[in-house]
Amino acid sequence: MNWVNILIQGALLGGFYALFAIGLSMSFGIMRLVNIAHGDLIVLSAYVALLVTENTGLDPFLSLVIVLPVMFALGYALQRGLLNQTLSGGLLPPLLVTFGISIIIQNGLLQAFGAYDHRLQEGAIETASLRFPGGLFVGVYPLVVFAIAVFSIASLQLLFYRTRLGRAFRAVSDDADTAELMGIDNRKLYALALGIAMVFTAIAGVLFGIRTIFSPSAGPIRLILAFEAVIIGGLGNMWGTLVGGIVLGVAQAVGAAVDPTWQILAGHLAFLAILIVRPNGLFPRTRD
Amino acid sequence: MTLLRTQKLSAFYGDFQALFDVDVTVEKGETVAVIGANSAGKTTFLRALAGAIESAPEMVMFDGQPIGGKTPHEIVRLGIAMVPEGRRLFPSLSVEENLQLGSHSERAGPWNLKRVYELFPRLFDLRHLPSTDLSGGQQQMAAIGRGLMSNPRLLLCDELSLGLAPVIIRDIYQCLGAITAEGTTVVLVEQDIARALDASSRFYCFQEGRLALTAPTKDFNRAAITAAYFGL
Repeated sequence: MNWVNILIQGALLGGFYALFAIGLSMSFGIMRLVNIAHGDLIVLSAYVALLVTENTGLDPFLSLVIVLPVMFALGYALQRGLLNQTLSGGLLPPLLVTFGISIIIQNGLLQAFGAYDHRLQEGAIETASLRFPGGLFVGVYPLVVFAIAVFSIASLQLLFYRTRLGRAFRAVSDDADTAELMGIDNRKLYALALGIAMVFTAIAGVLFGIRTIFSPSAGPIRLILAFEAVIIGGLGNMWGTLVGGIVLGVAQAVGAAVDPTWQILAGHLAFLAILIVRPNGLFPRTRD
Repeated sequence: MTLLRTQKLSAFYGDFQALFDVDVTVEKGETVAVIGANSAGKTTFLRALAGAIESAPEMVMFDGQPIGGKTPHEIVRLGIAMVPEGRRLFPSLSVEENLQLGSHSERAGPWNLKRVYELFPRLFDLRHLPSTDLSGGQQQMAAIGRGLMSNPRLLLCDELSLGLAPVIIRDIYQCLGAITAEGTTVVLVEQDIARALDASSRFYCFQEGRLALTAPTKDFNRAAITAAYFGL
């Protein structure tokens, strides 16, 4: 029964990693932007939520009412004002610029909040758990996070496959030049895409801040986890990203069960193993 | 009445000049052919009209307004649509989604999904397939339909016949009649000279980025075209 428990905890953790990955997957899928600052934007969202909860007395979940629009606007402005300028010159300029943004965010947070650890307090839900037959305990909070991840991916799928905006996103992803010739304003569309990606990034950031302590330097490790989930699942496939997250989570849980010091390493090893066997990930989006 | 006029239109790819002082006039409702050998500048000419290549404002006048240097999506909104060379349908969109994408600019006019399916009845049965599953001729129909969905006043068609069987080409050119009947003006770029002259009332022959010859198609002279085409 212990192993069932480990698998379930690992899978639920995977929902978390999938949430980390959604924004990254979207910005790469639509504008081929490898956003090195993604992890730091997750952490920045947690700090924005911290400011909101401290100044308004709202609890972290409710703070999303303010955090989401703020991060959407930030994403929109970042793409429109800065990143759009980097997209015509190949893969390197956006890498360098987002790397710079990453450093700016980390140091800005260090200046503003210091190097201390912070947490978002959500209260009883953090420690509540459900008891299942056979002595199995499952935390309510991990379940809620997993449900939010599934709901987020499902709503993005609806956006992509059922709306005019989603159609335009897919067309631009296929062939940006032709999309522009068909009347799409690519630059505005890219800004909307990063804005929407940042909404999911902000959700991930706030849930992250409730689950664990965070500090200004917490970003890069989230970026790596997000990358691994995206690559394991196959680029451009959102449900694949969820599976990728679950693979990572389960590998970490199994590793931790063998020896607690193995937790992080086990996740990376699983990632490398999959990369060797299936270089394009488990479910690459087929396209000719 | 003049719908489109280019005045000393020049275009560059980096340092390479692809068009030199091209003056072309297109009257409202007319079908004009642009012919010429490979790399004569035909596609560059269309891309400059569509805003995909930069030019000075006054070089391209559309309905009396300077539009050179505007972005492609602004130009679509003004009523110029492109059927690009090689079709360039979006592979991850279905046939119908490709058509719907054409109406992204939301210009009002006679064309909608229903009318496009009336023009190309075969597309109706294929509408839920990925565009990559279509034959070349069907893809060309979808690409024309996608262009029409923006209700253009001027439709730019780049090499409609490319890679298609003669019988399919004939079908596609027959549909052009229905398009011009709606009052749409058409500029055809073609390598298939006979086909292009057949469908148009006037032609321009390009050679190495310059205009070599222009005349109404009814009084064209084969020898003169051949000379202009090959620069003999």
